[in-house]
Amino acid sequence: MNAFAPDLQVPPPNSKRGRRSSMWTWRWGDRLVLLFAWVAGLGLCAIAAAIVLYMGYRGLEYLSPSLLVTRPAVGTSQSQTGGILDPLIGTVLLTAIGIALAFPLAVISAIWVAEYGQGGRARQTLARVVESSIEIVAGTPDIVLALFGLTIFQLGLFAPLSFRAEGGGVYGRSFIAAGAMMSLIALPPLFIATRDGLRAVPAHMREAAFALGKTRIATIRRVLLPSVRSNIATGVTLGVSRIIGDTAIVLLVLGETLRIDTQGSVPALNVLRGTGSSLTSYVYDNSPAGEGAAPQKAYAAAFVLLVFVLGLNLLVERIGRSQAQSTGMSGVGGVV
Amino acid sequence: MFERLRNPWSDNRAERTLGAVSLLVGVCVIAMIVFVGVRAWPIFEHNGLSWLGPGGSIKTQIANMQATGVNPPAAAFYLRAWPIVYGTLLTTGIAVVLGVPIAVLSSIFIVELAPARLRRVVIPVIRLLASVPSVIYGLIGILVLVPFVGNHLITASQKTSVQNSVELTGAGLGVTAVILTVMITPIMIALICEALIAAPASWREGAVALGLNPLRAVQAVTLRAIRPAIVAAAVLATARALGEAVMISMVSGANFFTPSLSHGASIFLYEPLRTLASTIVDYHEGIGAPALKAALYAFGALLLFSAFALSIAGYLIKLPLRKYQVRA
Repeated sequence: MNAFAPDLQVPPPNSKRGRRSSMWTWRWGDRLVLLFAWVAGLGLCAIAAAIVLYMGYRGLEYLSPSLLVTRPAVGTSQSQTGGILDPLIGTVLLTAIGIALAFPLAVISAIWVAEYGQGGRARQTLARVVESSIEIVAGTPDIVLALFGLTIFQLGLFAPLSFRAEGGGVYGRSFIAAGAMMSLIALPPLFIATRDGLRAVPAHMREAAFALGKTRIATIRRVLLPSVRSNIATGVTLGVSRIIGDTAIVLLVLGETLRIDTQGSVPALNVLRGTGSSLTSYVYDNSPAGEGAAPQKAYAAAFVLLVFVLGLNLLVERIGRSQAQSTGMSGVGGVV
Repeated sequence: MFERLRNPWSDNRAERTLGAVSLLVGVCVIAMIVFVGVRAWPIFEHNGLSWLGPGGSIKTQIANMQATGVNPPAAAFYLRAWPIVYGTLLTTGIAVVLGVPIAVLSSIFIVELAPARLRRVVIPVIRLLASVPSVIYGLIGILVLVPFVGNHLITASQKTSVQNSVELTGAGLGVTAVILTVMITPIMIALICEALIAAPASWREGAVALGLNPLRAVQAVTLRAIRPAIVAAAVLATARALGEAVMISMVSGANFFTPSLSHGASIFLYEPLRTLASTIVDYHEGIGAPALKAALYAFGALLLFSAFALSIAGYLIKLPLRKYQVRA
């Protein structure tokens, strides 16, 4: 597909003279477009590099290992406000809850759409309903998901799952509530990755399994799911990076408390029913936009967050490479 | 009891179970529309659709909503939210207008121009740009860009010229629009690249055979063929920009102000504003007051509706591509 690309490249130093001439015969307008295209492409890379380098510089300046293991505290100066242990735990907890809820839902929906969606009118309708629902969820701003989460977990029905005021009022804020909303954020990438993986499995694999007498569900479990494992892994990674980067849901549904506040006396469950914060809400609260103007802490937490995001990106890249897609372009679509 | 689960499932039972579970997402979506709609209803009930229009000061209206207690009188629901609707349209519009050409040029760069080795670096880097959390963009905006704009770009005379109506700190339309552009461009690039790759190479090869230079062939043939995909990418990016809350809440100056070109083009870019989504973030702590709660849910309902409309629009725009068997 890049049959003409060699002519457009800035010639490598040892290239033949004849090749180089082509671009210089172009009109000025075309040369300008060429220049702008290079500037736009490389400019975006420069912005990304600047963000990473600047955050790295600030992060290493303000982050110390002790910060990672001390709990945050109330204080008047930045030396007294403690570390980021609770936000760190909060992020991990939210990710775990979110993925635990999103994983079965997304994989089962993807199986339905890819494997059952073709046969018969009723199945087709259901598959279409599932697909468009997930598209709607994907297009919904996270702030609206947060509002939604707040209202459903304020219902009396879900009251045992969230934090309560002294008088018994239900705030609808807890790790469970926020995690449930996070699962909606992680759902679309996970669903799309699994569905596309299943669709790419060649039909003869299914036929071979049927010929051996396997039932449909056994084929899915024993043949199809194992063969799309790397797609699912990509989806999970994308979902995790969505969850850890989300702020709006944490602000509204997790309650934004400095430390993890437990609710009730059952161990483990009391944390899940309690409120807390995540790295993102910690950054928000400690930036000049929040109350605590502690930019050093904000930089440190944002650096940790960015390291997570970078790591997850590398992971997606590695999984994608190991899938051995020959084109080398296959990953571009995975951005959204 | 668990014996039945451990035995191999019959196909019928498996199908029913899988179908039921996958329906859950649909139930969630319906619940979301219903719940957000119900909570937002008081605003529609008291204002009709005119709450989207101008009138009065939204600042006093919101303060009024916060002040009235658990049983707000009907007057507390009075709302004219034009400043934040305008702010949303303004930031989104500028970001999309800036972002589309950048996205098209960078997509051409990635797919057609960049040497293979460079491309292997550029793609993950741009994907990283898309996955940087919005709070980090906001942090860089508020701690780096805003002070820079406030201290070096805004002159003292510009500050005094509008000091009666608003204080220029650097946080405002310009910084917001620039960061928003950086945030939505990677999304457009992903979609445009996909379409560029899917467009049949033979068309462009035909154009080159007729004597066009390769870059011009891409512009004349491929870009024209994928125009629907570019529009669809812009539409989806619009949806993303509309919903951006946290970054805008941090760098927009959080002020119910309507930036106006009548103050001068450069001052216009420095003027603070609020958007629908950022207002929800700014006031989320006051959500206990029923009137304010209804207002915030009304903003949310509007965002939900626009996102829904935009995703349908994006789908319809891409339909013509099917004709060419370009799956994008």
